[in-house]
Amino acid sequence: MKIFVTDRDGKEHEIAGIDGWQIMELIRDEGLPIKAECGGSCACATCHVYVDEAWVNKLEEKGEEEIDMLDLAFDVEANSRLSCQLTMKPEYDGLKVTLAPE
Amino acid sequence: MSDNHHSTDAIIIGAGPVGLFAVFELGLLDIKAHLIDILDYPGGQCAELYPEKPIYDIPAIPICTGQELTDKLMAQIEPFGPTFHLGQMAESVVKTDEGKWRVTTDTGTVIEATVIIIAAGGGSFVPKKPPLQGLEEYEGSSVFYSVRKMDRFHGKNVLIAGGGDSALDWTVNLHPLVDKMALVHRRDDFRAAPDTVNKMRALVDAGDMALHIAQLKELKGANGQLEAVTVKGPDGEYDIECDTLLAFYGLTMKLGPVANFGINLDKNLIPVDTEKFETDVPGIFAIGDINWYPGKLKLILSGFHEAALMSQQAFRYVYPEKRLRFQYTTSSSDLQEKLGVS
Repeated sequence: MKIFVTDRDGKEHEIAGIDGWQIMELIRDEGLPIKAECGGSCACATCHVYVDEAWVNKLEEKGEEEIDMLDLAFDVEANSRLSCQLTMKPEYDGLKVTLAPE
Repeated sequence: MSDNHHSTDAIIIGAGPVGLFAVFELGLLDIKAHLIDILDYPGGQCAELYPEKPIYDIPAIPICTGQELTDKLMAQIEPFGPTFHLGQMAESVVKTDEGKWRVTTDTGTVIEATVIIIAAGGGSFVPKKPPLQGLEEYEGSSVFYSVRKMDRFHGKNVLIAGGGDSALDWTVNLHPLVDKMALVHRRDDFRAAPDTVNKMRALVDAGDMALHIAQLKELKGANGQLEAVTVKGPDGEYDIECDTLLAFYGLTMKLGPVANFGINLDKNLIPVDTEKFETDVPGIFAIGDINWYPGKLKLILSGFHEAALMSQQAFRYVYPEKRLRFQYTTSSSDLQEKLGVS
């Protein structure tokens, strides 16, 4: 399994996907600049990513907490997600996301 | 000592769980402490980020929330009577002629002590700033992240951004003072207390203020004077005329002035030894999330351990002539007296 993450310079990184890990954790452990200040507890909105349009409707829907917390992010779009609220699984193999601006 | 000049044994920078527990470990060794924190309340991340979220990995406490942990720590350190300097940031550290450390905060508090313990976690909580071009030019004159004096906004044409309690409270509270009030939020749904949201909606319904469902895109003005904010709503971009923007998007952590204290940093963390948790500057310690050593885990329980070992070395600085006696709270009548339980 793998995911593709585009950083803020537009460079795409292929990252190995590990079943059960938060997408945020996969990005963070790759060393990409994602703040994730609250450590993945949906309390800070600093792991904001944009999901590739082709993937938007294939993901688990946003929970109420995630929708609320996105209020603390900037430039929120329809494809905005908090990457700590997406958990890697085989169906997400090939997922493409882009880091939101800080 | 005057109101804002203090002298003590230890200055703890950061009143999160680890800073609070350091008061306990230092207190058992008769070391008095003053704490400094930029938040208006103790608890650090536990109080600011997840007051209602459960924590499961505090030894012997199967479950507690961030706020409960803070409350329990406050009760535990109460016998030691720590002094809190809240709502301020430790700005500078210098050594005095007498060999003490002098810490000055951004509000002018001056504290002198024998040792400093940096327990600053991920850094200072500061307002999250919207990523708008030229923002700095307007900060302090037209763009604000908090309301210190309400009078400042008298007769202004104010735009408030955000959907939480701060945004809604200030929308309602500043409304009587300002010339024009508008609120901008990304969706027509608000996290703030329902009562305040209802008050805001009543003002909108009465035509006394405007509500924009949109996001900030651009600041327009000149020489630090805001004239309008361009926002993007479902139907595209448009300008909202205003001379003042109040942005409430929560807080984020920045290392801040700790970087200028003269201690060695590595990737925004403070390297310490694992015997004393001392920095490369003798008498300055670092415990909790802000330090680094081989094997470091950012866990509250690790910070508690670090606080205990740090205190042993702090004792040697504060009481160089005394011999350190290792005692248990269970059996020592001396410690029990300090805890007020004997």
